Amino acid sequence: MRSFYGVDLPNGFMLGTAQYPSPAILADAFKRSGAGVATVSLRRESGQDRAGQDFWAMIRDLGVQVLPNTAGCHTVKEAVTTAHMAREVFGTKWIKLEVIGEEDTLQPDVFGLVEAARVLSEDGFQVFPYTTEDLVVADKLLHAGCEVLMPWGAPIGSGLGLNNLFGLRAMRAHFPNVPLVIDAGLGLPSQAAQAMELGFDAVLLNTAVAKAGDPAAMAEAFATAIRAGQLAYDADPMEPRDMAAPSTPVIGKAFLE
Amino acid sequence: MTEVTIIGGGVAGMCVARVLSDRGASVRVIERGAGVGAHMCSWWAGGMLAPYCEGESAEEPVVRLGQEAAGWWDAATGAVTREGSLVISAARDQSDLKRFARRTNNFTDVSGKEIDALEPDLGGRFSKGLFFKDEAHLAPRTALAALREGLCADGVSFEQREADPKTEAAKGLTVDCRGFAAHDALKDLRGVKGEMLVLRCPDVTLTRPIRLLHPRIPLYVVPRGDGVFMLGATMIESSGSAFVTARSLLELLSAAYALNPAFGEAEVLEIGVDSRPAFPDNLPRIRRDGNLIRANGLFRHGFLLAPAVARMVGELIFDGTEPEVMDAVAA
Repeated sequence: MRSFYGVDLPNGFMLGTAQYPSPAILADAFKRSGAGVATVSLRRESGQDRAGQDFWAMIRDLGVQVLPNTAGCHTVKEAVTTAHMAREVFGTKWIKLEVIGEEDTLQPDVFGLVEAARVLSEDGFQVFPYTTEDLVVADKLLHAGCEVLMPWGAPIGSGLGLNNLFGLRAMRAHFPNVPLVIDAGLGLPSQAAQAMELGFDAVLLNTAVAKAGDPAAMAEAFATAIRAGQLAYDADPMEPRDMAAPSTPVIGKAFLE
Repeated sequence: MTEVTIIGGGVAGMCVARVLSDRGASVRVIERGAGVGAHMCSWWAGGMLAPYCEGESAEEPVVRLGQEAAGWWDAATGAVTREGSLVISAARDQSDLKRFARRTNNFTDVSGKEIDALEPDLGGRFSKGLFFKDEAHLAPRTALAALREGLCADGVSFEQREADPKTEAAKGLTVDCRGFAAHDALKDLRGVKGEMLVLRCPDVTLTRPIRLLHPRIPLYVVPRGDGVFMLGATMIESSGSAFVTARSLLELLSAAYALNPAFGEAEVLEIGVDSRPAFPDNLPRIRRDGNLIRANGLFRHGFLLAPAVARMVGELIFDGTEPEVMDAVAA
């Protein structure tokens, strides 16, 4: 397992904390997921008076690494301000950086993202940028100080899975030593397994678990799939081929009919 | 005669007062604010008595216990409208409607034509929906006022002052129904901020609560009569209750506009915000420590669950029956 800014995680599962039917169900989902990282949005629960503290205390009580995010930020300034608040509230340098550029697809504004990543990295933050699979942007993010990249699988909350397999494979191949996390767009455990089979180091998801009929069971399903995908990747899978290759030799087999 | 002091004159406190008074107790209610008004969380409620719809995200007890509400409120206040509720989504969000249908029951699928027949002012904009015919709604402020009037007529007294539940319990049987204000004593009680709007839009007529499903901005609109509508409501994990954010306003209003563009011409009569009291599983709890009973955690289900919780407080006091929402934690 690769480390993220020097932190070794128990597995490749990062789970979001929004949209659960209740905090009790959220806690159950985390227990059954075994996820080592909880992402938490600071924008909505905040306010001048830090009035979200009951909820934040509950997140801290999950006993996992907290990855605050800047969800819903549309400008560099908003994202930087939110990151500072997150550092203060959770006492962590980690920040999942989202700078949203398009309202309908919620796709990242990659220009603002690179700029905000540079500002925050220079300020000592350890940035997890939510980006696309664009290799040029990825390279600029690394130059801006990021040591982890988080490309999308599909638009946030869409549940469409890995939309651009070619792009994601290319990303893995181009940055063999950078921890890569599939962030957003996963709907089913099989899609998470596929991400891990491609050699990604982790997946980050929220809606697929929180909006399932039984979030805790779905959390376990994802955990199992992520482990399967990870094992498969480590086990060095066979190469696909166009021609059939029988697993049992047929030459010399007796003809019975 | 059993004498009971209830602290808190909101929907929980007054429902408990109604039940205990009906069972023959001499009841006194101590409240922080003056009468029925904006200081109460329930003043800002939607007033939907929609147990089946709530099943989409709430647990089983909410659906079951909530079924007591419409009959109870009708008997206690006469302020209930039984016209069902309608759930719809825009064409592009049909998957949200499918999910809602999977997670709820006791509805019928309705076509665009049937939606138009139920609510002509949704005119042709929605092609599929779910109709929950057994659900009801009420106007919270009318209902609270009627409930209070009935209590006063039956000899329940109201005192306006701050009161400490433990001090009162030292003197006699006390029920703490303070809602989020009980946060000082109930450490696992949190506030879930809700924001709402009241609009006047005489151009639109709706007969029943409408829920517009949306992946980001779910909305409900409850008709209050005379062209007045309540729009709600956000759910934000925060106890900060002072202000509504511009974003919430934008979202609620744009969703209303999607429901019927005539809402664009509506007058904004009120903007409201408060903290719903909730325990970690978002279910209500009754706790007891000797003379002190605490009933709290009604979350977004104040009008829906207060009758059942009040019934259980009554059974606990008069029959010694342990309520199903009784909590092992001491009060």
